[in-house]
Amino acid sequence: MKQGSEMGNGEFKKFIIYSLFLGVLILPMVGFPGTHFEAKRAFIVWGVFVGVLALGMLNQVVRQSSIYQKTLGGPQSFNRRVTKQFQKIPVRHWTLILLAAVAVYPLLANNYMVDVGITCLIYIVLGLGLNIVVGLAGLLDLGYIAFYAVGAYTYSLLNLHFGMSFWLCLPIGILLGAILGCVIGYPTLRMRGDYLAIVTMGFGEIIRLVLNNWDSLTKGPNGLLGMAKPSIMYPAFSNSGLEWATYSLKSLHALYYFILLIAVLTVIGVRRLDQSRIGRAWVAIREDEVAAELSGVPTTWLKLLAYAMGAAFASVAGAFFAAKLSYTNPNFFIFMESCIVLCIVVLGGAGSIPGVILAGVLLIAVPEVFRELQDYRMFAFGLAMAVMMVLRPEGLIPATRRKLGLSDIETDTIGELEESYQAVDSRT
Amino acid sequence: MKQTPLGNWRRAIKPSILELKNVHTYYGNIHALKGISCTIPSGDIACLIGANGAGKSTTLLTIFGVQRAARGEIRFKGRPIHRLRPEQVAVQGISQAPEGRQIFARMTTLENLEMGAYLRNDKAEVAGDMEWVFGLFPRLKDRARQLGGTLSGGEQQMLAIGRALMARPELLLLDEPSLGLAPKLVEKIFETILEINKNGVTIFLVEQNAHMALSISNTGYVMETGRIVLTDSAAALLKNEKVKKAYLGE
Repeated sequence: MKQGSEMGNGEFKKFIIYSLFLGVLILPMVGFPGTHFEAKRAFIVWGVFVGVLALGMLNQVVRQSSIYQKTLGGPQSFNRRVTKQFQKIPVRHWTLILLAAVAVYPLLANNYMVDVGITCLIYIVLGLGLNIVVGLAGLLDLGYIAFYAVGAYTYSLLNLHFGMSFWLCLPIGILLGAILGCVIGYPTLRMRGDYLAIVTMGFGEIIRLVLNNWDSLTKGPNGLLGMAKPSIMYPAFSNSGLEWATYSLKSLHALYYFILLIAVLTVIGVRRLDQSRIGRAWVAIREDEVAAELSGVPTTWLKLLAYAMGAAFASVAGAFFAAKLSYTNPNFFIFMESCIVLCIVVLGGAGSIPGVILAGVLLIAVPEVFRELQDYRMFAFGLAMAVMMVLRPEGLIPATRRKLGLSDIETDTIGELEESYQAVDSRT
Repeated sequence: MKQTPLGNWRRAIKPSILELKNVHTYYGNIHALKGISCTIPSGDIACLIGANGAGKSTTLLTIFGVQRAARGEIRFKGRPIHRLRPEQVAVQGISQAPEGRQIFARMTTLENLEMGAYLRNDKAEVAGDMEWVFGLFPRLKDRARQLGGTLSGGEQQMLAIGRALMARPELLLLDEPSLGLAPKLVEKIFETILEINKNGVTIFLVEQNAHMALSISNTGYVMETGRIVLTDSAAALLKNEKVKKAYLGE
């Protein structure tokens, strides 16, 4: 039990110090005596906390014990073999299983759960769109939600004033979003990192404030009300023979399947972009802009394109959002929303599509589950993010670069790639 | 490279591939290049030596259009290129391996090399060129599927040069290929540079390692604070008292 005793010294001390620190951090969740301290809640929170820590501790001790190393931990261990078997299942099968699950979901869930599902899907579309800008092209955008607002308001205004249908407004919204993406992108082309983040954040707020204060057009903080739901036409038999009938996507289930379709199309679109020459060039810009320029990548155009594409996807999500609620108001598009979308991208693993999907579900659905924690929800959210960043700095599912173009060499297994990513990080 | 009378005569009538005339470049208010003029004959190795901050890297970046030349003229094979954007310069047949191994850290060696051929559509020939690069740097072949960021310093330098070669350039701009490398590796890199040159690629080399650079070059330029102060054949510069004192440490 040599490893075990090593754990006893340095590792154990570290473990205790970190736990105490975390324990102090979660104090506000417990409540302070004299204000709203509840013995029961304190007991539960601390209980769960200590339980999780004890489990983690146990895991560490077991993993380092020689018995574990001999039976389950070695290179030919049970765990690794199971992981390998899982990796053998092709991505296509995973996709099918996932699709079947999300398609069946509304049939098994109640209305509230379907509504949460819709919100998840909207944020997944937003996350995938921002993934282009942040994950692929590496441009930190803190005002992304502005394009969501553009989509929502484009549909709302066109529908209310001109009675235009959802399908007609969609391309207009996409175009407007893309143009605005370029308008915002252009002055920031020469900026990097922190400066870019500040400027995009400013732009996001400008859009929100314009919507908030342009009373004559947007009705300001009161918002716009009464947009039509999207509807689809289908051929139907009636008394007068075959004619087109209209089906309005009013029910929650119809809306769910509609946004599911949008999300699937977004995944396909982003995936195709990612694997194209353009996607490769974006990644090159992210890795090293000067080197990309020297390789002949037209960085100016591709950065603008990244903004425009990201904005277009957000605009689609926005139009759907406004149509679903039949209501929109500027307070839906506060800075916090941009942060949440950014969290989805970063937590999921910048550039990784499955990561963004998983993070979208986690960040939107899990806070709903913990609604009972009320004010401490955001705190728990922050804590979860901090823990995630310590445990998996590359995100939940780190992006893997597949073979591109000429490469006839297989991609690394996820584990190998992850290790080398960490090596890269420790060097830079 | 041996200097023969015949060689000198040949160079005198050799067409120049790159020509800089009175080029000025600014970083904001800082006047980085104060009127650079030089001519690089086709098929030669030319080197630009000088101390840190003399403007050597800026010269290369200005040629490529990454930094805009505020005044002056740059001609490649007679055509002016100083108004072009980097991607337009790259199409002309110029390629650059940047200073400090600016490789794509999270792409594999192979993907890095493919990025070098970004502007090319001739897949079969690109594959052939990749074999050529692997022939020049066999180490890269062993590391083909490894992420660029995990390569050693020398391997990263090889990768940066290999990536630049994947564009199949007529003129290769090399920025400090010996930077931070062990002496043995430096020698190897310079041998490879000579071999690349023998394949018909003109090379413009920027170096602090003046001795090494001059010993493989035909022509040398000495740069000080944004100006070229000395121009001569490399052999003559190696014997020049001033150069010996300031850059060769003799």
